[in-house]
Amino acid sequence: MTPEEIARLLQDTFPDAITDVAMGTPQPYVVVAAVRWPQVAYFLRDDPRLGFNMLRCLSGVDRPAKNELEAVYDLIAMRPADAGPDAYWLAASVFAVVVRVDRARPRIPSVAGVWPAADWHEREAYDLFGIVFEGHPDSVEDHDGLHPRRILCPDDWAGYPLRKDYLFPIEYHGIPGTTEYEMPNPVH
Amino acid sequence: MAADTTLDSLPDLLADLDRPTIESSDLRTEEMLVNMGPQHPSTHGVLRLVLRTDGEMVLEAVPHIGYLHRCAEKIGENLQPYQFVPKTDRMDYLAAMNNNHVFALAVEKLAGIAVPERAKYIRIIMAELNRIASHLVSFGTYGLDMGAFTPFLYAFREREYILDLFEAACGARLTYSYITIGGVTFDLPEGFVDRCREFLDYFEPKIDEYNRLLSYNHIFTKRTANVGVIRAEDAIRWGLTGPCLRGSGVKWDLRKCLPYDIYDRFTFDVPVGLPPGGEPPVPPGMPKARVPPGVVVGDAWNRYFVRVIEMYWSVQIIRQALDQLPSGDYRTKVPRNVKLPEASVYLEGENPRGQLGFLVVGDGNPIPYRVKARGPSFCNLSITTHVCRNCLLADVPAIIGSIDVVLGEVDR
Amino acid sequence: MSWIENRFEDGLIVTSLDWAINWARQNSIWPVTFGIACCAIEMMATGASRFDIDRFGAGAFRPTPRQADLMIVAGTVTYKMASRVKRLYNQMADPKYVMAMGACTVGGGPYFKHGYHVVKGVDLIIPVDIYVPGCPPRPEALLEGLMRLQDKIRRETIARKTTVRENDEW
Repeated sequence: MTPEEIARLLQDTFPDAITDVAMGTPQPYVVVAAVRWPQVAYFLRDDPRLGFNMLRCLSGVDRPAKNELEAVYDLIAMRPADAGPDAYWLAASVFAVVVRVDRARPRIPSVAGVWPAADWHEREAYDLFGIVFEGHPDSVEDHDGLHPRRILCPDDWAGYPLRKDYLFPIEYHGIPGTTEYEMPNPVH
Repeated sequence: MAADTTLDSLPDLLADLDRPTIESSDLRTEEMLVNMGPQHPSTHGVLRLVLRTDGEMVLEAVPHIGYLHRCAEKIGENLQPYQFVPKTDRMDYLAAMNNNHVFALAVEKLAGIAVPERAKYIRIIMAELNRIASHLVSFGTYGLDMGAFTPFLYAFREREYILDLFEAACGARLTYSYITIGGVTFDLPEGFVDRCREFLDYFEPKIDEYNRLLSYNHIFTKRTANVGVIRAEDAIRWGLTGPCLRGSGVKWDLRKCLPYDIYDRFTFDVPVGLPPGGEPPVPPGMPKARVPPGVVVGDAWNRYFVRVIEMYWSVQIIRQALDQLPSGDYRTKVPRNVKLPEASVYLEGENPRGQLGFLVVGDGNPIPYRVKARGPSFCNLSITTHVCRNCLLADVPAIIGSIDVVLGEVDR
Repeated sequence: MSWIENRFEDGLIVTSLDWAINWARQNSIWPVTFGIACCAIEMMATGASRFDIDRFGAGAFRPTPRQADLMIVAGTVTYKMASRVKRLYNQMADPKYVMAMGACTVGGGPYFKHGYHVVKGVDLIIPVDIYVPGCPPRPEALLEGLMRLQDKIRRETIARKTTVRENDEW
């Protein structure tokens, strides 16, 4: 199915969940409201016309200008060819979904139950952006609340590094950590 | 164990080893947390596995990563794409040409930059040579993990010839930054085509030699067959790609299913995991390969063997590319500050380890707004917890080696 | 020394204790397998057959630091990894040497400017004897570093302490 057909199908099935559609770009996507995202995700995976069985990538994007954090989900529908087991599998459809949340309180329901590949990707999105994925199977409770466990940075790291307003650490457990001239933000 | 341990009861004792539960009450063990720490000869880098073991049985293996997190994505938001190419080298440092290739394709798709034909063919030649080099390292180090030192030396000997070719082309042995935005940085030197053909003629019969040395070896088969079996549905759900996915029987290769660049101009086959007796496709004229008994589709042996047979077909692709190599420009003149449009592109390429994807978001400036690298080893490694349940302690290096992780692209 | 000259057979070697000990130490430096990132591949290539490091006596890579003399820190050290580097250094027995291999360990390397998680040089954590620049350094460069380390060991003497001990933390 082409991205336009997929977008139309989603808009017909979930008229209130799809808030925006962008088709003419190199990466066509729809914007899904965060609260309805798991239902849309199950539909994307289980509907026989769509069948998006692999989550290729989950990226976070920081948009401080619009006071939003985005999570971009890239999906692909792979299915075996009808010609038999010796034929190459088909890429039936390629699609992307964007979920936008408020930057002050970014919470998206986890889809690790839909695509287990999302497990580590969501931990990384929390680690680098601070997007809290509710219901993540590997959540820990600490002073920041219930959030997925950090995966790349150490567990006691402060801040979310890929945000645009991130200040670099001056030191970490006694090891100096400057970029140059002891500044928390590298200058060009 | 049982009270009588004479030789007559040896078959029963060996049968006991096959059963996963320890039933005797004399041999009570407690659960122990074993740390296969960041510094370990078999973890292929700084990977930390915390194993919960009950005697020799591993109940659960939890990987901890991030020990090589080098902030590549933050750097990507501060450098122009042609300055970021050397950082992509260092993500999967064993397949640096492939990384450069995918990133260059992503930026060129976003910015609408056309690449000359000669550059496209050179890129394919370099990418496939690097695929062979990467598979050689994985083959050599996997043998090393299993206790065989000789294949490691053979693999590195072959790899040195490939690195000689790369050094002739771009001057570097490991991190090339050769494939860049708009083409390649230098043209192929004189004599490269002949030397490359010489190397391919020398190398192709060696693959069968490696099979007879390691792949069909009884000890190697015993250690890797039926170990770490991943079913096809699980592989897809967990986002596995590359030889890990193909080893589970899924005939999916991005070069065939979603061809990018000019891969649709070459004829080649793609091996998948097969049951015992199956014959993976080898090029005509090469000795036939056969899957030994005891192997299961989706186990470590199949994942490893897919890589070995892929080397055959990479040789075929390079031969065809050398035959079709046109003359012409090797790089389009891209101005220094070319503005990226306000759009995003996600492009994946078939790396030796799986599908490497780059999400490049532009905002009208020469510097990208966001660069996200989807490392194939990141997704391949996430299945470790699911796979390493109720396996033996010695199976853990076999599984990790067959998944073939490179921590540079896990942690980026 | 005329009373001692020409008194002995050809097979007798007369030397100083310092020279003998240093000769033994410099020709059997056993590294610990501490490959972190891309430089580890060049270290492996140095151990392979073309650039054989075993001809310098340094081919016995020990997996455990307790049996090793040299820690070749090959690859970028991150903050998460720093405590482990320190711990492994403390586990090595004297005399121990550290080679900082690659630009990342020398001074942060290509990740100096925007690497929030990268330690800008491993000498912020452990004392370093030899710095080998390069990204990654060629195997010949690594062997040159090894030979400079051998020179450094040749200048040591058992009468004076030349290695540094850090207080044990982490």
